[in-house]
Amino acid sequence: MLSSEDLPELARDVIRQAMAAGASDAECTISEGDEFSVNVRMGELETLKDAGSRGAGLRVLIGKRMGASYTSDLTADGIRQMVRSAIDLAALTTEDPFAGLPDPEELGSIGIDLKLFSNETADLATEQRIEMARRGEAAALAFDPRITNSEGGSFDSNVGSRIFANSRGFLGSYRSSSCSITVMPVATQGDSMERDYWYSHARSSAGLEDAASVGRKAAEGAIRRLGAVKVETQRVPVIFEPRTARTLLSSLCDAVSGSAIYRKASFLAGKLGEKIADERITIIDDGTIPGLFGSSPFDDEGVPTRRTPVIERGVLKSYLLNSYTARKLSLRTTGNASRGITGNAGIGHGNFFLEAGTRTPEEIIRGVKNGFFVTELIGSGVNIVTGDYSRGAVGIWIRDGELAFPVAEVTIASTLQEMLNGIGEIGSDLEFLSSVSAPTIMIGEMTVGGR
Amino acid sequence: MSFSDSFFASKFGITRRDLENHLSEALSRGGDYADLYFEYIATSSISIDESIVKSATQGVSLGVGVRVIAGERTGYAYSDDLSPEKIRHAAQVAALIASGPAKVEQTPLEEGRKRNLYPVVMSPNETEFRERVELAQRADIAARAYDPRVFQVQVSYADSLRHVLVATSDGVLNFDRQPLARMSVFVLAHQDGGAPQQGHSGGGGRYELEYFQKEKTPEYFAKEAARQAIVQLDAVEAPAGEQIVVLGPGWPGVLLHEAVGHGLEADFNRKGVSAFSGRIGQQVASPLCTVVDDGTIGGRRGSLNVDDEGNETQRNVLIENGILRGYLQDKLSSRITKSAPTGSGRRESYEHIPMPRMTNTFMLAGEDDPEDIIRSVPRGLYCANFGGGSVDITSGNFVFSASESYLIEDGKLTRPVRNATLIGNGPEAMKYVSRVGHDLKLDEGVGMCGKEGQSVPVGVGIPTVRIDRMTVGGTA
Repeated sequence: MLSSEDLPELARDVIRQAMAAGASDAECTISEGDEFSVNVRMGELETLKDAGSRGAGLRVLIGKRMGASYTSDLTADGIRQMVRSAIDLAALTTEDPFAGLPDPEELGSIGIDLKLFSNETADLATEQRIEMARRGEAAALAFDPRITNSEGGSFDSNVGSRIFANSRGFLGSYRSSSCSITVMPVATQGDSMERDYWYSHARSSAGLEDAASVGRKAAEGAIRRLGAVKVETQRVPVIFEPRTARTLLSSLCDAVSGSAIYRKASFLAGKLGEKIADERITIIDDGTIPGLFGSSPFDDEGVPTRRTPVIERGVLKSYLLNSYTARKLSLRTTGNASRGITGNAGIGHGNFFLEAGTRTPEEIIRGVKNGFFVTELIGSGVNIVTGDYSRGAVGIWIRDGELAFPVAEVTIASTLQEMLNGIGEIGSDLEFLSSVSAPTIMIGEMTVGGR
Repeated sequence: MSFSDSFFASKFGITRRDLENHLSEALSRGGDYADLYFEYIATSSISIDESIVKSATQGVSLGVGVRVIAGERTGYAYSDDLSPEKIRHAAQVAALIASGPAKVEQTPLEEGRKRNLYPVVMSPNETEFRERVELAQRADIAARAYDPRVFQVQVSYADSLRHVLVATSDGVLNFDRQPLARMSVFVLAHQDGGAPQQGHSGGGGRYELEYFQKEKTPEYFAKEAARQAIVQLDAVEAPAGEQIVVLGPGWPGVLLHEAVGHGLEADFNRKGVSAFSGRIGQQVASPLCTVVDDGTIGGRRGSLNVDDEGNETQRNVLIENGILRGYLQDKLSSRITKSAPTGSGRRESYEHIPMPRMTNTFMLAGEDDPEDIIRSVPRGLYCANFGGGSVDITSGNFVFSASESYLIEDGKLTRPVRNATLIGNGPEAMKYVSRVGHDLKLDEGVGMCGKEGQSVPVGVGIPTVRIDRMTVGGTA
């Protein structure tokens, strides 16, 4: 049985075996992880899960042909089969003139400690984990008599490592840890039943928001949804709170992905250097900020991560690229290669965020006479090819600058193009709660579909 | 085939004795029930982009999950190593959920009845890789040949062969071999270099590779994807607000999956957090609606000989003539609520705890002529195809995204409209079903359902239906 310390050497050995079997280039990824989760519901322990696993993936090039394979069997036999399989498959793919690894001078790892790992996460006693889940849920249940039920409080953690080696001499590895508290209470009043959730996510439990505070926020969210109504169909200003604003950023992230761009499968294809948004919009991708969830020392091709301005004062400055999409577009990689343990690298992001504005969310709400404050979005109605945007929404109606009454079972619709240019306000409340982040955003006008 | 000839016995030397020992270990601190789920899955995938076979991948993943139930508590652990020491360790970790004396009585393992809903001799995963590459290439060629306005085609083909073995402390011993294959085609088209539109199509099931040569060919999926992209080139803005909506047959059955299916999963109902909780026997849809979840249809993507807890799948009536009849049970929920199992316990892999899930969910055919249904609508929206959907099971609000739809004006389909989300409330929306066609159709076999981070393959189906009131999220 291999220990964790042996895995970098295993990656190197996989590369050696692939080259000996006829590969002209090879990349090996190994990942190892332990997961723990506990859920407490109505004060009682409900589920407890504790386990670990690992896997290895290989990508080979024979000339300009690619083959890939993976295995969860890291015995000598399992590895030999994986190598054989990738080599065999390379004979069946087509030559792709753009296939290849990053140039040697592009490879590397950033030199600073990104603080991605904390021993404390792995060492935390099971009782403490259960206690955090329990306290989170208890605070939600105690928050208001209308909190009558719950899907529970949970504590989850993951500790893992990632090893990457290629035939151009790169060998890198890093460990990471994360943990989170989530609370999902249910509120009832008459016929109305609503749930909401809140969570806190950090590299170590010391970085987590207090469990009781997470529980109270979740309860507050569920309560404020009670008695929601459907409004008339109309065009109004729409405010996205950070939790929903970040989903707009996710859509934009997909739209600037090099894979979508070279296929012309994005409404932003061919727009580099053009003004595509209101000049108050600056969007950055930065994989180098210590401690954050989008940070890593190198991307999944062994290229150092970096800070890339994507939109600067409304002008599209850069796409997110790996080495393949960069070659397709005659550009340089931006260190955004991303993949699981096998296959061709796709495009990912570091910490992808909209720079904060100056006004507080309260000021923004106060400036709206009749509008919609969106707290949750459901469905997948964003079309990156055309920019068409149509999603189910839940939130609170704004009357004369005040949050007036809850609204549900409505849609909001526009196009991403119009939304980018029709930004009304950007809030000052940017927080990096996940790898895609945004402050409060107000869009000047969207169609709310209701009665 | 008996256990001694089964995959895990012959390939990994697992014996009945091993299974019994591991189950004893799992119940060494007490608990009411324990089970073992062994999984070995081989997968392949091919992707074609710009007419180049850009990637071909294959691999294997294997492991075993151990679960212990004590009252309403579940302990779970897994190992990706099938050596007895590792399985024993996982069993000890899962056992920690209970705290008491060992449970000593053991029900002897008894092999379940054998049936085969997917009698596949050679699974696609076991055929020549080159044959599968050639199939995918045919789709690329056909999509490009469909219309000169098609300028970008991506084809993906993926298959898997999963072997599972379930052994439980209440005596169930079942194993299964589960083949699955799917082809998908994604097309972009544009008119005179203008803004592109997309179309996609795909299908498959638990069949031999021959299915793609004889039944549903790569050309069939390719033409369908290209047709949708071309149709969208003329699309106008979708209407906004409440409309009469007609759903076409087949994939629009995703409505049922979101509007009622998830809300009827027993875990949510046992906890009282579903909009359908406590409503058995009540009217939750128009009397024209009978909805079933059937895991026993031969070859279908959502079908299984046994669920992931070792129970045979079955045909479950969820709604009968508009009346709510039953929930979908997994072992835990059926134990707690003392309900009969429904064969609905499923999991994504050995790393996951089973939950009640859907299989193939559809509405039975009615009597109306589909043409008449469209003719009956003065002004509304006809939805032929959808992307995905989702639901908030507590409030009951659900959405699904129309990817191909048309305006209905004076009983006729007129202009295609741009993508729009439709939204409704589960226990209410289906009360507005006023016409049900005789043209029940199941989808082509592409569905993937996500719940609490676990994805499983499913199917849906519906005849043409008219819904008198539903909110459409357009801009016009």
